[in-house]
Amino acid sequence: MKYVKPESFEVASQLLQNESGTSRILAGGTDVLVQLKAEMVEPDLMVDLKHLPGMQDITAENGGYRIGAAVPGAVVGEHDGVKAMWPGVVEGLELIGSTQVQGRATMAGNLCNGSPAADSVPALVTAGAMARVHGPDGARDVPVADIPQGPGKTNLSKGEFITSIFLPARPDHAGDAYLRFIPRTEMDIAVSSAAVSLVLDAAGTCRQAHVAVGAVAPTVRLVEKAGKALEGSQLDSDAIAAMKTAVEAACNPIDDKRGTIEFRTKTAAVLAERAARIAYSRAGGQS
Amino acid sequence: MALDSNPKQDFKIVGTRVPRPDGIDKVTGKAMYGADISAPGMLYGRILRSPHAHAKILSIDTSAAEQAPGVKAVVTSADFANPGDDYFRDIRDNCLAAGKALYDGHAIAAVAATSKSAAKAAIRLIKVEYEVLPHVTDVDAAMAPDAPIVQEGRALENVPKGMSQNVTTHVEFGHGDLDAGFAKADKIVERSFKTAATHQGYIEPQACMASLGADGRGEVWCCTQGQYMVRANCAEVLGIEASQLRVISSEIGGGFGGKTTTFIEPVALALSRKSGKPVKIVMTREEVLRATGPTVSTSMDVKIGMTKDGRITAAKADLRYQGGAFPNGTVEFGAQAAFAAYDLEAVQTLGWSVMTNRPKEVAYRAPGAPTAIYAVESVVDELCQDLGLDPLDVRIKNAARKGTLSAYGPTFDEIGLLATLEAAKAHPHYSAPLGPNQGRGLSCGFWFNFGGNTCVSLNLNDDGTVGVVEGNPDIGGSRASISMMAAEELDIPYDKVRTVIADTSSLGFNDVTDGSRVTFAVGLATIEAARAAKREMCSRVAKIWGLEEDAVTWEDGCVKPAGPNAGEHPPMSLAEIAAIANNTGGPIAGHHEVNADGAGVSFGVHLVDTEVDPETGATKILRYTIFQDAGKAVHPDYVEGQMQGGAVQGIGWALNEEYIYGEDGRLQNPGFLDYRVPVASDLPPIETVILEIPNPGHPYGVRGVGETPIVPPLAAIANAVSRAAGVRLTELPMSPPRLLKAITENA
Ligand SMILES: Cc1cc2nc3c(=O)[nH]c(=O)nc-3n(C[C@H](O)[C@H](O)[C@H](O)COP(=O)(O)OP(=O)(O)OC[C@H]3O[C@@H](n4cnc5c(N)ncnc54)[C@H](O)[C@@H]3O)c2cc1C
Repeated sequence: MKYVKPESFEVASQLLQNESGTSRILAGGTDVLVQLKAEMVEPDLMVDLKHLPGMQDITAENGGYRIGAAVPGAVVGEHDGVKAMWPGVVEGLELIGSTQVQGRATMAGNLCNGSPAADSVPALVTAGAMARVHGPDGARDVPVADIPQGPGKTNLSKGEFITSIFLPARPDHAGDAYLRFIPRTEMDIAVSSAAVSLVLDAAGTCRQAHVAVGAVAPTVRLVEKAGKALEGSQLDSDAIAAMKTAVEAACNPIDDKRGTIEFRTKTAAVLAERAARIAYSRAGGQS
Repeated sequence: MALDSNPKQDFKIVGTRVPRPDGIDKVTGKAMYGADISAPGMLYGRILRSPHAHAKILSIDTSAAEQAPGVKAVVTSADFANPGDDYFRDIRDNCLAAGKALYDGHAIAAVAATSKSAAKAAIRLIKVEYEVLPHVTDVDAAMAPDAPIVQEGRALENVPKGMSQNVTTHVEFGHGDLDAGFAKADKIVERSFKTAATHQGYIEPQACMASLGADGRGEVWCCTQGQYMVRANCAEVLGIEASQLRVISSEIGGGFGGKTTTFIEPVALALSRKSGKPVKIVMTREEVLRATGPTVSTSMDVKIGMTKDGRITAAKADLRYQGGAFPNGTVEFGAQAAFAAYDLEAVQTLGWSVMTNRPKEVAYRAPGAPTAIYAVESVVDELCQDLGLDPLDVRIKNAARKGTLSAYGPTFDEIGLLATLEAAKAHPHYSAPLGPNQGRGLSCGFWFNFGGNTCVSLNLNDDGTVGVVEGNPDIGGSRASISMMAAEELDIPYDKVRTVIADTSSLGFNDVTDGSRVTFAVGLATIEAARAAKREMCSRVAKIWGLEEDAVTWEDGCVKPAGPNAGEHPPMSLAEIAAIANNTGGPIAGHHEVNADGAGVSFGVHLVDTEVDPETGATKILRYTIFQDAGKAVHPDYVEGQMQGGAVQGIGWALNEEYIYGEDGRLQNPGFLDYRVPVASDLPPIETVILEIPNPGHPYGVRGVGETPIVPPLAAIANAVSRAAGVRLTELPMSPPRLLKAITENA
C-alpha cells in the first residue's frame, strides 16, 4: 500500500487516475481505517487530501456556506453561522460516532463511503447541498443527492474527489431537522432515518418542503411526494398522514440483522413526522 | 486464645470503602493484561477458522504455509495428545477441530511466524478440503428426531431413547403432587418462551504468551479466571506433566465466567513446542464472538397455578437449553434455580441439554439461572396482572424462607429473600407514579454460590507488614477485600497488607474464580491463615515470656498475658513480634487449605421502570433499583459494582444482545456494532440497597454477590415492558422490531 500526500489537486487527481489497483482517499479515516483493520479492503493507494488549500475551511459564500471536504464534524458543530442556518444538517453530522470520531469524521467521507445509513446525507439532500468535485477535467458542481449510487458506490469517476460542500442561503421562516432510529442511544448505525427541510410563509404555511429518508433503500432517498404533501399545510393531520404514506411508499429496504422491512418502513414514516414537527418549530411555525 | 465461631458483627475495616490496590495501574495504563507480555524471539500465532457451520475435514494441507516467509511452525489437532476423558478431549477438540468443524469459527489450524503480517499471509496458504454437512443452530430444531447430528454417541443414559442424539442430558427436580396442585388453582397461566444466546462481552479479548522447551518445561502467561485450570487443560491436551508447566495469570479485563476455560493456550504451547520459540496469540473481537463461549440459548415452557388471593398451588417448567457443539450441563442449574424463590407444595422442573452447531457454551454469571427465572417470573407477573394482585405482595406471600424445602431439594437455612422483598416494598421507588407508556416490573433472583478448593499463605514481614498470597485472579476487586479481611483479623491498618495472586507453582491448587466464590472462600481461608499466624505469634510471645501458650491471648492487635496469673508483661504488637521473629524460631506465616463449604445462597430483587415508544418499539430504562443480600459487604463499592454490573448486562440481554445466525449457519454479528451491549447513555443511575443477613458459613458472614445480580433483570425488564406496552413479551431480546411487531399485532 502506498500513502501519498500530493502537493495539489491536479497531482491528486492524476495519481488516482493512474492507479491500476484500488485506491482510497483519506479524509478522517473513520471508515477507511476501520475497513483496513477489518481486512475488508487493502487499497494499493491512499491519497491524503486534508492539507490542500480550502479543505479545512468554512467560508461564507452567496449567503450560504462552503465547507471544505476535510472539515471534521466537531468543527462544523462549533460554527455558529452554519448551526443557525442549517441546524438539521449539523445535527445529522454530529450524530456520527462519538466525541473522538467527531474530531476526524467528515461530511464528504460520510457521503463517499456510500452507506445508505450515512447520518449526514439525508439533511444535506433536503438542504439541496452541492458538492464541488475536482477531477482530471477540472472542477464541477454536483447535487449531493446525485452522488450516492448504492451501498459503497458513488457516481464520481476515476480521478474525481470532492473538495467542498456548499450549503445554500436560507430565506426567513426556514428550518430543518434530522432524526434517526437506533436500538441504543449512541454509537450505532441508523436502522431508518429522516430529514425534513421547510420554508414557511409569514402565516406559518409550508411553501417549500423537502423530505428525505435514509437506510430504507440502496441510497438516501428524496421523497418528492412527501414534500408536496406538506406544502400548503400547517402540518395538520391530513397533510402529515399523506406525507407518511408517501414516505412508506418510497421505502424499499432490506430485511437484515438490524431491522425488518416492516420495521424500517414504519419507523421511517414516524421519524419523518417527528422531524417535520421539529423543522416546523425551528422555522418559527406555531403548532 | 479466644476465637469466635459465630459470624463476627463489629468491624473496623470490613465494610469501609478503602482505595482499590489496582486502581492507579489501571487508570494509568501500567497494568499488564494478557496481550502486554512479550519475550525475546517471540513469534506471533494466528488461527485459521472454519467458514462452515458443520463440515467434515477431508484434508488439511499445510505445506505451502510452512514454506512461507517468516513461518516457524504450523499445527493442527494432530499435534495434540489424547487425554483420557471426555472433558479434556472436548477442550482439545474445541481448541483445534479434529475430523469435523462443528461451528462457524471453529479453529482448524494455526501458524506461528516472525510477524503478525507473515502469520496472516500464511494462514491463507493452508488448504482445507471440507465436505459441508447439514447444520442446526436452533434448540428446538436440534431436538427434532431428524435434525442433523452434531456429535454421535454423546447422550447420557438419562436421556429417553428415541430422542435426537443432540439431546445429551436430562434432569428433573421437584416435589409434591402437581395435578392436585393445579386442581386447587383459580387461575393457571401457561406460556412458552425463547431467549437468544448472549456473550459475556468482556472488554479484553483472550490473550496469551506460551513457551514450551525441548526439555518439556513450559510457561504460560495469560488472561484467565483460573491459572490452575489452564495448567490442567494444557497439561492434558499437550500430554505434559502439571509440575512442568507454570501458569501465570495477568490482570484481567473482564471475564464474567467466559474465561473459565481455554481456547488459545494449548495452541500457543503446541506452536512453541514445534518452533522452539515463545508464541503470543491475541484474539480479535471477531474471534471472541465467533469462537469463545457465549451463554445458552433457550426454549422454555412454564405453567403456574394460583389462587385468587395469590397463593401458588403448583408450578412446572420444561427447559430446553442448547450449549453449542459439545455436551454441556447448564440446564441443570436452570432447573434447580427456576423456582428457588418460592415456597411450593407441588413443583417440577425438567431440563434438556442440547447440542447445536454453535460455539461451545461457557459459563456466564449464574449460568442457566437468568433464563429459567425470566420464564418463571414472567408467568408469575402475568398471574398477578390477571388476578389484580400486587406483584410484591404475591412474592412475599409465597417467598421461600428459613425451613422451606427448596424446589431443588435442600431445606433453606437463614436466607435474605423476605428481607429484600420487604425492603423493595418500603422503598419510594415502588410507589412512585408512572406516566403514559411507562411500566414497572420486578423479579426475584437467586444463585447458589460456591466455595471450593482454596489455598492461602499469609506472611509476616519483619517491618510489621503482611503479604497475602492467593491463587485466584481478581475479577471483581477481591484483592482489596482479601487485604481488608486480613487487616481486620490481624487488627492492623489496611495499607499494611498487600495481596498478590500466585502462579501455579507458588501455591497449592485453587478452583477457578467462579461461583461468586472468591470473597467467600479465599476470604475464609485468609481469615483462617491470619488466625494461624496469630496462634504462632502467641506461641512465640509465650516463649519469650516463659509462659505456657494458653497463658497468653490475642487482643486489640497485640499478644497480652491471658490474665493476672500470667504476670505483668507489656503487650506485644504484630510489628514487634515480626521484628524479632528471626530470634524466636524464624519467619512467621499462616496457611489455610480448604475445600470450603457453606457458601450460603443469595437472593436479590430488582425493580425497574421502563418507557416504551409505541411508534418505534424503543424501550427506555427510566429507573432501576436493586435489593440484595450480601451477607456482609466487605467493600461496599465493589458489592454495588457487582449489583450494577449485573443489572447492566441483564439490560443488554433483555433488550438488544443476541447471537444472530443466518440460514448458512454463520454468525452475522461478530462485532460490537451489531452485537449490542448497552452504552453508558442507555442507562439510568442504578440505585443499590445492600442487605446484610450474615451467612452462618463464613466467619464474617460473607455471601458471594457476583452472580445473583444478573438473574432478575431479564424478567424485571420483560415485566416492565409488557406492562408499558400492554402486551406480554415472551421472547428475548425485546429488540425494537420485535416489540413494535408485538404492539402492532396487539392493537
Ligand atoms: C466508532 C464509529 C462510529 C461511527 N458512527 C457513525 C454514525 O453514527 N453514523 C454514520 O453515518 N457513520 C458513522 N461512522 C462512520 C464514519 O465515521 C462516517 O461515515 C464518517 O463521516 C466518515 O468520514 P471520514 O472523513 O472519516 O471518511 P474516511 O474514512 O476518510 O473516508 C470514507 C470514504 O470516503 C472516501 N472519501 C473521503 N473523502 C473523500 C473526498 N473528499 N472525495 C471523495 N471521496 C472521499 C474515501 O475514499 C472512503 O472510501 C462511525 C465510524 C466509527 C469508527
